[in-house]
Amino acid sequence: MSKRYHIAIVGAGPAGLSAAGRAAHYDAESGAAEPTYILLEGFNTFAKTIQKYQKGKHVMDEPGFLNLRSEVGFTAGKREEILGVWDEALAAGINIRYDSEVVAIDGEKGGFNLKLGSGDAVEAEHIVFSIGTQGNPRTLGVPGDAESDFVRYTLDDPEDFKEETIVVVGAGDAAIENAIALSDYNKVFIINRRNEFSRAKDGNLNAVLAAINDKNRPFYCVYEANVAGLELPSAPGAKGAIVLSTPSGEERIECHRIIARLGTIPPRKFVESCGIVITSDNPEAVPDVDRHYQSNVPGLYIIGALGGYPLIKQAMNQGYDVVEFINGKDTKPADYPLLQDQFSGLPYVMDAEDVLDLYQQRVPMFRHMNPLAFRELIIESRIIVSLPPAELARAPQGGERSTAFVAAGEPLYRNGEFSTTFYTLVEGEVQLQLEKDGPWHTIKPGQFFGEMSLISGRPRQGDAVVSEDAILIETPRRIMVKLMNSNKEVSSGIDRIFVMRALQAAFRPQLTLEELGNIAGQVETRQYKAGEVLFTEGEEGDCLHLIRSGTVMLTRGGANLVVNQNHSGELAGQMALMGAPRRRDTATAAVRTETIVIRQAEFLALVGSQPEHVATLQGRLSEVLRKSNSMASQPQAAGAIGFLMGQGLGEATNALVIDETLCVGCDNCERACAETHNGISRLDRESGASLAGLHVPISCRHCELPHCMKDCPPDAIRRSANGEVFISDSCIGCGNCETNCPYDAIKLSYAAPKKPGLLSWLLLGRGPGPGEPESFTPSAAAKDAGKKAVKCDACMGRPGGPACVRACPTGAAVRVSPEQFSELVEGH
Amino acid sequence: MHTSLLAWRNFRYGKWALLLGVIGIGLYLSQGGNAAQPPNGGTWQGYVLGTVGALLIVWLSVLGVRKRRYSSAAGTVQGWTSAHVYLGAVLLLIGTLHSAAQVGWNVHTLAYALMCLVIFSGFYGLYVYIHLPGHLATNNAGKDRDAWLEELADLDSNIRDTVESCDAELQAMALSALDLTQLGGSTWQQLTARDGSRIVLPGQSKAVSNAEQGIIVNALSERIPDARKQSQAEVLNELLALFGRRRVILHLLRQDVRLKGLLKVWLFVHIPLTIALLVALSIHIFSVFIYW
Ligand SMILES: Cc1cc2nc3c(=O)[nH]c(=O)nc-3n(C[C@H](O)[C@H](O)[C@H](O)COP(=O)(O)OP(=O)(O)OC[C@H]3O[C@@H](n4cnc5c(N)ncnc54)[C@H](O)[C@@H]3O)c2cc1C
Ligand code: SF4
Ligand code: SF4
Repeated sequence: MSKRYHIAIVGAGPAGLSAAGRAAHYDAESGAAEPTYILLEGFNTFAKTIQKYQKGKHVMDEPGFLNLRSEVGFTAGKREEILGVWDEALAAGINIRYDSEVVAIDGEKGGFNLKLGSGDAVEAEHIVFSIGTQGNPRTLGVPGDAESDFVRYTLDDPEDFKEETIVVVGAGDAAIENAIALSDYNKVFIINRRNEFSRAKDGNLNAVLAAINDKNRPFYCVYEANVAGLELPSAPGAKGAIVLSTPSGEERIECHRIIARLGTIPPRKFVESCGIVITSDNPEAVPDVDRHYQSNVPGLYIIGALGGYPLIKQAMNQGYDVVEFINGKDTKPADYPLLQDQFSGLPYVMDAEDVLDLYQQRVPMFRHMNPLAFRELIIESRIIVSLPPAELARAPQGGERSTAFVAAGEPLYRNGEFSTTFYTLVEGEVQLQLEKDGPWHTIKPGQFFGEMSLISGRPRQGDAVVSEDAILIETPRRIMVKLMNSNKEVSSGIDRIFVMRALQAAFRPQLTLEELGNIAGQVETRQYKAGEVLFTEGEEGDCLHLIRSGTVMLTRGGANLVVNQNHSGELAGQMALMGAPRRRDTATAAVRTETIVIRQAEFLALVGSQPEHVATLQGRLSEVLRKSNSMASQPQAAGAIGFLMGQGLGEATNALVIDETLCVGCDNCERACAETHNGISRLDRESGASLAGLHVPISCRHCELPHCMKDCPPDAIRRSANGEVFISDSCIGCGNCETNCPYDAIKLSYAAPKKPGLLSWLLLGRGPGPGEPESFTPSAAAKDAGKKAVKCDACMGRPGGPACVRACPTGAAVRVSPEQFSELVEGH
Repeated sequence: MHTSLLAWRNFRYGKWALLLGVIGIGLYLSQGGNAAQPPNGGTWQGYVLGTVGALLIVWLSVLGVRKRRYSSAAGTVQGWTSAHVYLGAVLLLIGTLHSAAQVGWNVHTLAYALMCLVIFSGFYGLYVYIHLPGHLATNNAGKDRDAWLEELADLDSNIRDTVESCDAELQAMALSALDLTQLGGSTWQQLTARDGSRIVLPGQSKAVSNAEQGIIVNALSERIPDARKQSQAEVLNELLALFGRRRVILHLLRQDVRLKGLLKVWLFVHIPLTIALLVALSIHIFSVFIYW
């Protein structure tokens, strides 16, 4: 009869290695003569996933705020170094068995039987599954996508290919790393299904954006493209082609090879055959485990990537912890202190792990999330507790990651404030308005709010006031976007509420939540790219658009004569449902826009329930018509707005516009900017487009949904409550924002040397004087510190407002938001 | 939304200046005036007018300081400039009333004269500030100088390529037109937008004026009817078009230089004169107190 092990660890990746290391430690401590554990690896060497990384890959040790807890070492470094360290750890005495793929499991806790591919069997009391997710790669899903010389799902050595045209499909880390390495010797196209690289890790993000921008590198990216078909090469070595469907139509790229890195599907079948239940059908779903990583099968534990934690450090920490748990130690996970700190200000004494479980159960939308994913969400969020004002003063002031206290009865945010975080209420109550001075709605525990600004980027509409003893989770937009991208349940849950609340705000219907929910289920959400047309002048309309995000401009008579513009929360084309079906204007998305389409039936249901509000709607419509009419009768002004929209100002919140007929070109604005911003001007007055006396200089316009914020690794770009988008000191100078800003408003610069005071300049002739040119040689220290991103911060917090405007002697420079455009162009 | 500096806050400082002017005239007239004591700077009214004038002069020159205090929260520069213009204008009246038309070859009259010069140069500055920006915008047609220079450079390299297929004579002429093009030049040339471009004609060694690309454009248009081959005519036509565009851009750039120059150059008079005025004013006041 074969030996029965205390623990069998399946899979020798970072998670399995770390678990084995801890188990070996226990053996050493207890002086066991024979190992009480076994590490079973299907491959002929350890850590197949890491072995398959590209040669020389820089492996990152994110997340930075988490400490490593493992008998086996790991720090960021080259793949080879890391494998070397693990090799040594193995040599020091870890009981590993290679070429031992586990193919089936039966038995139960205390007496599992693991069948190996070779036909052997191993008995164990406990099983730790650390088999990763590299099981089977996701395929292209079109005819001809079977792995071949032309279509590949792995890349061992990029130097195997030279002087070819290669298409890399995918936008994750593997795709990026492969594509960049291949572009050293080949022409490379990388195909991204989305319009940004949101799934990639920070370092890779920087690298891919740099590669796309590098004019000397034959590296091209096709965004928003799906693979529509393949044309296999007629003969080995000949070119084939890939057909893509893109927003601008089909695109065909001839190539020698396609490397598809679309991620992997968890080895689900095998896992399920072991009795492990995976509740969701979603291919990305992972098995549920409790907080000891135990699956629904008692005695069977799941850690690492298979459990939904896709980073090495996390996998290794779990490997350590799981052995502790199996040995009956209630060890706290390595991120436990982080959680504890976050929950430190809660009004009850409860273990952080229990709080975590409790909160997940409290919020229906999060209930079905993987507990570990929920844990990640909490770790990235802020826990807010409301206190009576008197107690607030006495509340302990914790660090940045600990509980935040706010005053009860006071607004959490106010109407018009710029913030895009997402709030989930766990305890207490929140009174919420959906529009300025609108009616109050009560938010109960388990509900969420803040989705309006999350989705539209517009300032908050209405206030949100917390009651006493409320507890909230405030999650940054970045994390919510990631979650919504990967979790259908969360994204559709948020979407549904968004639509319901948007309808509530727009129509104030007197409907039960259920009726409203039904309507929300019927309406359709549509996406438009900049320049796409929603409806055309003269056609018969049968719907109206409630704008979800972006800006819609209405033109009449000519392409660029803009008679009106609508922003999120506003209606476009409502005339069609209010008695005049013929469209009077053409509606075009000025920037990327999403709308909710409402047809007759839904419209009637909404307004029919609240006849008093019809008068309000009619009043608003007349206002709109009056405005459009006044614009339409001034083609000059309408053309000027068309020009401003063409400059992307439709998504601006605060833009500098110069009246060329007043500007004397003294550049005092630029100087004022430099003088008030460490010697570097953030605006370039002369460049930028002009039309009919209006000039839009190159400077930040503080976009509704700032493009620059998208991929900032340290999350250094922030938006203040007043709307200024600014860059904090934590910038690492990676340049992503510079790439992402479509308006050239960000530049990377060394710190400028300090200027001499006015007197020493005047009397001693020292250095450049006030407002003198900013061409400077950076000091050695500044060079050492590296370049950082600089941009306009709209003179945040400066008394009197933006220095550029205040310094203009002729009144040519003004800062405006789109609402003020019509006022701006009158008379131009 | 955009308001000019004159109309700032609904002509606030215009109204102030008007009021000040009326008070000044009232003061002046109140001196009565008989043969023994005609109105002059020595009466108490004259002193008041003189003091107000001196304070105005000092305050007006402080604009240069305020303009450079970029983080100052003391009003906007536009407001200051608006006040500067109106109060500067009324200073002419105050100063004149104070002097009561008593002139002579002395430091007092020097101060007065300098004050007038400063104010008139200011009037000129105001004139260019109000009129030229519009011209400048129209002239530059929505592009900045760099963009025009870039287009010019593209044109030039295009011409160089095109002219390669022409005979040596034309080639030399066209290239000399490119090489001897002048933009900028002396201050005077800049401010008058005078075109000092030249060209070397075939068979000559001295360059002649090619102002507004006239010579080369003429030469090309004269050659087109003589072209023997169609291909040759095409090249010539193309060159003509390129030089035609070149003429427009060069003209535009020269106007750009001229207008921007005019917007600045008056300050080179206004500011040094202001400093001279401040010196003369100090001597004037000092001497009045000494010889009282
Ligand atoms: C290209 C790429 C780059 C990455 N870069 C980084 C990075 O820089 N930093 C970072 O932290 N993370 C990175 N990751 C993620 C990281 O590799 C994984 O999170 C990590 O490897 C997960 O570890 P694991 O132990 O759970 O699984 P794996 O590392 O996948 O290990 C699973 C092991 O189990 C074995 N196995 C599978 N099935 C069986 C079976 N039935 N029987 C026996 N053995 C089996 C496999 O052969 C393998 O050796 C990257 C991933 C990829 C693909
Ligand atoms: S830097 Fe660019 S993207 Fe960012 S807010 Fe300003 S204009 Fe928008
Ligand atoms: S702010 Fe700094 S760190 Fe953030 S994206 Fe820009 S350059 Fe990178």
